Amino acid sequence: MPAPIRLRELIRTIRTARTQAEEREMIQKECAAIRSSFREEDNTYRCRNVAKLLYMHMLGYPAHFGQLECLKLIASQKFTDKRIGYLGAMLLLDERQDVHLLMTNCIKNDLNHSTQYVQGLALCTLGCMGSSEMCRDLAGEVEKLLKTSNSYLRKKAALCAVHVIRKVPELMEMFLPATKNLLSEKNHGVLHTSVVLLTEMCERSPDMLAHFRKLVPQLVRILKNLIMSGYSPEHDVSGISDPFLQVRILRLLRILGKGDDDSSEAMNDILAQVATNTETSKNVGNAILYETVLTIMDIKSESGLRVLAINILGRFLLNNDKNIRYVALTSLLKTVQTDHNAVQRHRSTIVDCLKDLDVSIKRLRAMELSFALVNGNNIRGMMKELLYFLDSCDPEFKADCASGVFLAAEKYAPSKRWHIDTIMRVLTTAGSYVRDDSVPNLIQLITNSVEMHAYTVQRLYKALLDDISQQPLVQVASWCIGEYGDLLLSGQCEEEEPIQVTEDEVLDVLEGLLVSNLSTPVTRGYSLTAIMKLSTRFSSVNRIKKVVSIYGSSIDVELQQRAVEYNALFKKYDHMRPALLERMPIMEKTASNGPTEIVQTNGETEPSVVEPKHPPPVNQPASQGNDLLDLLGGNDVPVIQTTMPTKPASAGGELLDLLGDLSLGGPAPAPAPPAPASQPPFLLDGLSSQPLFNDIAAAGEAAYNKNGLKIDFTFERANPNPNVAVITIHASNSTEADMTDFVFQAAVPKTFQLQLLSPSSNVVPALNQGTVTQVIRVLNQQKQQLRMRIKLTYTHKGSAVQDLAEVNNFPPQSWQ
Amino acid sequence: MIKAILIFNNHGKPRLSKFYEHYNEDTEQQIIRETFHLVSKRDENVCNFLEGGMLIGGSDYKLIYRHYATLYFVFCVDSSESELGILDLIQVFVETLDKCFENVCELDLIFHVDKVHNILAEMVMGGMVLETNMNEIITQVDAQNKMEKAETFIFQSTRQDR
Repeated sequence: MPAPIRLRELIRTIRTARTQAEEREMIQKECAAIRSSFREEDNTYRCRNVAKLLYMHMLGYPAHFGQLECLKLIASQKFTDKRIGYLGAMLLLDERQDVHLLMTNCIKNDLNHSTQYVQGLALCTLGCMGSSEMCRDLAGEVEKLLKTSNSYLRKKAALCAVHVIRKVPELMEMFLPATKNLLSEKNHGVLHTSVVLLTEMCERSPDMLAHFRKLVPQLVRILKNLIMSGYSPEHDVSGISDPFLQVRILRLLRILGKGDDDSSEAMNDILAQVATNTETSKNVGNAILYETVLTIMDIKSESGLRVLAINILGRFLLNNDKNIRYVALTSLLKTVQTDHNAVQRHRSTIVDCLKDLDVSIKRLRAMELSFALVNGNNIRGMMKELLYFLDSCDPEFKADCASGVFLAAEKYAPSKRWHIDTIMRVLTTAGSYVRDDSVPNLIQLITNSVEMHAYTVQRLYKALLDDISQQPLVQVASWCIGEYGDLLLSGQCEEEEPIQVTEDEVLDVLEGLLVSNLSTPVTRGYSLTAIMKLSTRFSSVNRIKKVVSIYGSSIDVELQQRAVEYNALFKKYDHMRPALLERMPIMEKTASNGPTEIVQTNGETEPSVVEPKHPPPVNQPASQGNDLLDLLGGNDVPVIQTTMPTKPASAGGELLDLLGDLSLGGPAPAPAPPAPASQPPFLLDGLSSQPLFNDIAAAGEAAYNKNGLKIDFTFERANPNPNVAVITIHASNSTEADMTDFVFQAAVPKTFQLQLLSPSSNVVPALNQGTVTQVIRVLNQQKQQLRMRIKLTYTHKGSAVQDLAEVNNFPPQSWQ
Repeated sequence: MIKAILIFNNHGKPRLSKFYEHYNEDTEQQIIRETFHLVSKRDENVCNFLEGGMLIGGSDYKLIYRHYATLYFVFCVDSSESELGILDLIQVFVETLDKCFENVCELDLIFHVDKVHNILAEMVMGGMVLETNMNEIITQVDAQNKMEKAETFIFQSTRQDR
């Protein structure tokens, strides 16, 4: 059989192939030749064949039939064979094949070979792909080589040890004695790999970390020598002495100094020295500085040093090299939380990075960092930059940027008008990227800025005239027009030149939304409801009736249902229409509605009037206990209130549905009362007959004190709404037994609105050992005297106790 | 830790692929293709850092690359490596190749891929940086090459050049 072709020939041949198919053909032919050559057990040409096989493997062709041949090569005596054999083993084998275990013996012999390069090959292969069994078997040999004086082998053994530790962590102890002298080496290669080994050991085990802390002085000394040593041609890279080793040592120092005062103090000087002395004109200098900055930030360094570090990062930001800028932004992002003020100084540079051409990671980092730096002082300037960025950035960033803008605007808006303007700007420029939950957030915001209603609705109307393709904008606009259409007509706007529109024009716009192809079903729902609301605000009721009845046969089930119900409202319930479609009250903000939180509006995205399909429940409870309704303010407009929470499973359910079903998302309202079916619906019992008056305490004394249970009230005024009184109840128990399943409930007259937050616990500990607190918020817009009825239920010494009381003597300050 | 070192040309043809973590053959080829796809899209004036593609581990891993003439040198690393340091390492690697091959070009890498592997083995072992001193690396590689050459002269019957 003719001699197999050389690798070079094969490569040349393959390069002449013009198509993939041709190449495949050549390769297959050669593979066949190689296979038959392997079958002949030809020692001379084996390594040539395996080399060719490895080349084909790199191109992507299967080469597994060469695995055994690699083993044979490793076992050979010739260095050439071994070299290719080990390379083949690293490329083709891994621990998933059983074949690899056969290598173990060979490696063991080679680790003890007389030629250092053979030993080196063995160490290299073991360190690359040794499995845990192999590592266990050969760890002893590696450890021996770690102590040799041959620096070439020592450095390889160190890295091999790292691999062994990664595979079999329990063997870490074994290498500990050998590490004693590692740092006293002169050879930089050994030093470098030893530091890697030490780093690995410290990262894996806190005990090792503590043990190696004593090496800090030695490391500091080595680093100092490197910096001060002057020009050393051996290790010089662009004028700096062994930058790789410096970086490694800095990293190890970081791990050792983290959380430890003494070590950190020992490092302070050298870190300052490195930070100030390193040349920054080349990348190597910057690499060292970067590592130094990271170390300074992680250990317990003094504040002067930290400021120095941040200033270095600031300088990086001005560097022409984009890589440096990228690295600086990433680090600043990490430090902005802890060293906020220092980072603020570099704000303008960071904002400039937003304009950078590098589209990918850098802009995203600059954006995140900019948002982190926004505060009350710089909000106007920053927002201008960020809005400009929003205009021009990639679509993938727009959603995040828009949410960030909303959040920042909410926190730091200098004025309501500015806030609304900003929102309008976002909606018009990036409207289609805004998150879905921003729509209810914005609506709530608009509702709460009472004085801006006219201005807002006017601007939104004008925006609609321009462009109806951006759904969030359209949804917010239609909702506003529905609510405040009368303001639009009346032409009262203080902030801007009022526009003159007629009712028909407005209705035209809204109807246009209904028929447009650009509107989604949700948007259509909004417009239909808006048109309906205008029936109480405009006078062209007939036109509206017509529109609504058309959609009674719409294919879209949602629209159809709404239209049918609105029709019903016109026909049968016309007397209720004005009340139902009344203006929305101010929505209490119960939780910070950041872009990541969803405002719950009873599952609908539209926080609008309750569907007319609820009229039945409205009427039903009227038959049950009218005086209760009076007291609790059960009325016919159950719009979103943060009033009576939870619906107990008992018969009073519908009543409480009425009062509390549309609660704005927020902290859980008072827990449901204990639900034994025998218990009558709470607050209903006893009230239609004579109310049980317990001790009516003057506030300041206990509001309730009976059977060992004492309840105190404390008051404060809620910011920013002066109409809300925040009352905290403190319940304490002076008996010897705990009161468990403690539930506190309260009811207030019609003119108030009440919200109960979660209690601190359900158990009132005995003997006054602790108190249960619960917060009540009362909205008292009409500034009337506050009265409250409370009901207490708890289990005491195994029996359930229930009690009612009325509290009348609230101090005037609490409600005025 | 370095997860993989890839060298490919402007058309995506692999010139060297070394993985320090095991993947099967198909996945390796896919990774090479995906990496090429990500890196070739990059403009000339952007930074040299990218997030790793899905196959190689996603955003926990970074691709640090350098473009020399017709070749891309890509190192895929995790967060324990300094990005700027790896850039320097690539530079040292290329300079070493340059010294070993006398003005290295793509053809050298094509025809002597095993030699490139040997050089790389003296620099990076098991995903960790072994030696960064160019002269040291070259000395060792030369010594080993000498050993190989010495062996070929012993066997007179057939030439052993690969």
